Amino acid sequence: MRIPLLDIAHARSGDKGDTANVGVIALDPKWYPVLAKYLTRDRVAQHFAGVITGGVDRYELPNLGALNFLLHGALDGGGTLSLKTDAQGKVFSTALLRLVLDIPDAEVP
Amino acid sequence: MKVVRVGGGQGFWGDDPDAPRRLVEGGPIDYLMLDYLAEVTMSILQKQKERDPKAGYARDFVGAVQSVLPFVGRGLKIVANAGGVNPRGCADAVRGVAPDVRIGVVTGDDLLGRLDELVAQGHQLANMDTGAPLSSVRDRVLSANAYIGSTPIVEALQKGAQIVVTGRSTDTALTMAPLRHEFGWGATDYDKLAAGIVAGHIIECGAQCSGGNCLYEWREIPNLADVGYPIIEGSPDGTFVVTKHAGTGGRVSVHTVTEQLVYEMGDPHSYITPDVVADFTTIRLAQDGENRVRVSGIHGAPATDKLKVSIAYRAGYKAVGTLVYVWPDALEKARVADRVLRERLDRLGLKFDKILTEFVGVSAAHGPLTPPTDAPEVQMRVGVRAENKAAVEGFSRQIAPLVLNGPPSVTGFAGGRPKVEEIVAYWPALIDKRVVQTTVTIV
Repeated sequence: MRIPLLDIAHARSGDKGDTANVGVIALDPKWYPVLAKYLTRDRVAQHFAGVITGGVDRYELPNLGALNFLLHGALDGGGTLSLKTDAQGKVFSTALLRLVLDIPDAEVP
Repeated sequence: MKVVRVGGGQGFWGDDPDAPRRLVEGGPIDYLMLDYLAEVTMSILQKQKERDPKAGYARDFVGAVQSVLPFVGRGLKIVANAGGVNPRGCADAVRGVAPDVRIGVVTGDDLLGRLDELVAQGHQLANMDTGAPLSSVRDRVLSANAYIGSTPIVEALQKGAQIVVTGRSTDTALTMAPLRHEFGWGATDYDKLAAGIVAGHIIECGAQCSGGNCLYEWREIPNLADVGYPIIEGSPDGTFVVTKHAGTGGRVSVHTVTEQLVYEMGDPHSYITPDVVADFTTIRLAQDGENRVRVSGIHGAPATDKLKVSIAYRAGYKAVGTLVYVWPDALEKARVADRVLRERLDRLGLKFDKILTEFVGVSAAHGPLTPPTDAPEVQMRVGVRAENKAAVEGFSRQIAPLVLNGPPSVTGFAGGRPKVEEIVAYWPALIDKRVVQTTVTIV
């Protein structure tokens, strides 16, 4: 089953230098295991191919039902150097929520 | 059990100037915490101080103090990093509106005058992100400040300060210090100190934890026009509740607080501060009534022997120009305009370190992830940066002409030529903790 991340998660993003972080949070705790299993580092790196110039780090926060992604080289240098509208990575959150996951039907909670 | 209430009344320099007064008048709080400093704020303040030695602090703070002054007389305490690069000047200005108040001033974070001495002693101050040596930008450095922790703020409160003014304190220390002071937490009470840091992280961006910028069920968040700024109700055991005054707008829920917790997060296992390393993966949240979230379970570990240093340096110039192209074929017209502009810049021999074009309304925010649309209007937004100011000025003269000598259906050019701005960039570094000595003065 194809499930848009937007239907099962919310998110907030911010910046540290040239890195954007996106915290992805399960809308309902039942979706966290799906996120933990299928929203992998590679899947997110593939999603942002051509958008960021660096790698992706991924951290799990099961207590909060959340994953944290660091997207390196996302902000054209970041801070005041950046010429981007979104110089501080504020809307990388919804950019990640455009991702669509493929989940085996048996694993859909 | 004793409860201490810390309200977060300012999330950055430029936040709603009336928020501190509303937070103080809206119900009981013991401490008003005001965070004014972002990464580049110190350099802006340093530029102001170069022009006027009495400046260099967040002037909004003086108005904030004035707006809540009667409450200071009745026991309210204020902790703020409004001092910027001139905490003493800030205290003098506060003194002007609050003559009878004890003000604690924390200094010692400013390393600008010691930079060469520190480098000579072997402190590299290399860029944490790129590894580049400070020498590559040394002659362009505008400000250098160590991020300092809760200890000097606690000392000021112990000395009876009613208002504590600091320079580059960490945002989180401004909340943790009052809790540490009130509950007598020691320097090795790592779990409690970490809880104070988490409390600080939650409220350091003002209403961003109480319904502001919240994506979860955003349509359902009530009365943002009168959004309540956040309050921490701290307990001696390190647990706390996040809430806001009754009757205010916005929302405090597990969802709004979780969104703020992940904001600007790095490795959640080690949120490094001068006082303690907090483990954000241990945080437990539970709804505790309407607009109340209970936070518990937080673990902390000893701090490192380094402090982060925020260095600002001059990094050339930039300008951003925009024009709006309109249906039919809005995006195609904007693309042609961009191509024409770039050809003209080339022909003028103008060289830039970077030129970036975005099509706002189509792809500026999400780039290639955006699905195609027949946009009714598109803003072409072109930015350039260069060491050479003349090149950026040359760019700035080439935007408006496109209205008459470029592709059609163009508007939105009011406001004249794009402003040429000097770039002040951020250079994060680390330094041995022992070389930074803070001082507390009561004035």
